[in-house]
Amino acid sequence: MSDLAVEVRDLRMSYGAKEVLNGVGFSVRTGEVVAMLGPNGAGKTTTIEILEGFRMRSSGSVSVLGEDPAHAGERWRARVGVVLQSWRDHTKWRVRELLQHLGRYYARYGTPEFARPWDTDELLAVVGLSAHANARIGNLSGGQRRRLDVAIGIVGRPELIFLDEPTAGFDPAARREFHELVHRLTDLERATVLLTTHDLAEAEKLADRVIILAGGGIIADGSPDELALRLSGKAEVRWSRDGQRFVHPTDQATTFTRELFRQFGESVEDLEVRRPNLEDTYMALVQEYEQ
Amino acid sequence: MSVTGSAARPIRLDAARLGLARGRIEVWQTLTYWPDLLQALFFSGLSIGVLVLMRGHHVPGTTFSLGSLTLPSVIGMNIAVGGVSGVAALLVVDREDGTLLRAKATPNGMSAYVIGKITLTAATVLVGLVLTMVIGLLTFPGLDVTAAGWFTLVWVTALGLLATIPLGILLGSLLPDPRFVGVIVLPFAGLAAISGIFYPITHLPGWLQAIGQVFPIYWLGLGMRAALLPGYLRSVELDGSWRLGYVLLALSGWAAVGLLAAPPVLRRMAQRESGSTVMARRERAMLRRT
Repeated sequence: MSDLAVEVRDLRMSYGAKEVLNGVGFSVRTGEVVAMLGPNGAGKTTTIEILEGFRMRSSGSVSVLGEDPAHAGERWRARVGVVLQSWRDHTKWRVRELLQHLGRYYARYGTPEFARPWDTDELLAVVGLSAHANARIGNLSGGQRRRLDVAIGIVGRPELIFLDEPTAGFDPAARREFHELVHRLTDLERATVLLTTHDLAEAEKLADRVIILAGGGIIADGSPDELALRLSGKAEVRWSRDGQRFVHPTDQATTFTRELFRQFGESVEDLEVRRPNLEDTYMALVQEYEQ
Repeated sequence: MSVTGSAARPIRLDAARLGLARGRIEVWQTLTYWPDLLQALFFSGLSIGVLVLMRGHHVPGTTFSLGSLTLPSVIGMNIAVGGVSGVAALLVVDREDGTLLRAKATPNGMSAYVIGKITLTAATVLVGLVLTMVIGLLTFPGLDVTAAGWFTLVWVTALGLLATIPLGILLGSLLPDPRFVGVIVLPFAGLAAISGIFYPITHLPGWLQAIGQVFPIYWLGLGMRAALLPGYLRSVELDGSWRLGYVLLALSGWAAVGLLAAPPVLRRMAQRESGSTVMARRERAMLRRT
């Protein structure tokens, strides 16, 4: 088996005369967590939907778990998990009933070494829905509903999981819980994850690698740290002296700080050296692209 | 790759079992949730009400109750309406809320989904039919069901479902959004008027008779009258006959049309479904509401 879960080359997509993707290429290694970022309309959703096998492409080559999603069969489908942001389905079903039912579809695709599906009660415990096992799905709160969607997305123990803006509309506590869940999934199941998000802190926290799309093409691809390095020199030194606040951008933060202390000694207070984070990098890259 | 026992089962059999399981769960949900039950039995209840009002009247020139005469026709009509609009509505609503996309994201999910919806629709129609039959046989005089009549009832019902449910799937795949579900009931009212349901077709002008006889609703009504009414009443039918051979032929014809046309249209519709289409539809629905 190839160690690439996803391989995309020169992917193009047009609707009529409008080109939405103009030659996208990237790959995702097995077991990697990759976040896809980009402004609305950049082509993230189109890319993901082509990889999910829900949308036909205009041209280019796409391989997901070794197959072309446009022509892959049910066995391939069983190896892929999809979590979208707008599910409102099966509201009359009960939580446990639906998970149990949907799990049965995967049973024939299990092997002695890799059993499918996930045990229903175990899965309910993993996503923290044991207490709501018999609740009608229509009565769940937004956060509970999303956790159920994740449970359904992984009930077949997928080797590759697509998460589309998984924490949109979450409060901070629910978001943190969700991040822990994703960590548990990648640790326990060694699953490959491809997620889209607008939350850059989330991408930084979850992803091994970040791909930034803008205007239908990839403008950056690397680990959060690597991307930040591309903007080295933009570290910020902040301090206050005699009640006045100062901010100084510099590419030599250490030298600058040493000089600062040499000159002003103990009158320097509230010192802070801020490396660029993913958000800074992202904003800079997108702005650069747009100019 | 080695496989476990369940994978040895033919894939179609597996999908059929899952579809039936799905149908069974949803039938139970409908029966145990009163708003759904009320909706499912609405047409049957309405028709029984109308028939009760007609009970005191007689077929002109006979002592036969007009209500009893109309009951079988109404049973036939309800199979057609329930078969076509029932499954069409389920399909449109499921596309809107993402149930269909969920089926698409699940291995063999689409086949099981369709089998589940057929099961649910057929069960809903049958529950309405049994209810109407029980109340009808208890309260309407003059219905005389022979062994042959029961046999006719069974095959006309089965063939009726086979003729109408695929048409409903076809229609549901073509309707753009749930607002149109109400609209599809309207043509049924028009068709019922020219299909000899409430009024003998023999009293209509010839060209309307011809149109009426194109659609399954007429043949379902005729088949049910043949099953449930005493033989002498066939004199008010066209040709003075129950024409069961034609009932068989017409319903089989519609079944063939539906079974051939529905799967590719459904597949094309399902192929277009993705997260963003469900989302876009939801946004449009929200805009309409504000």
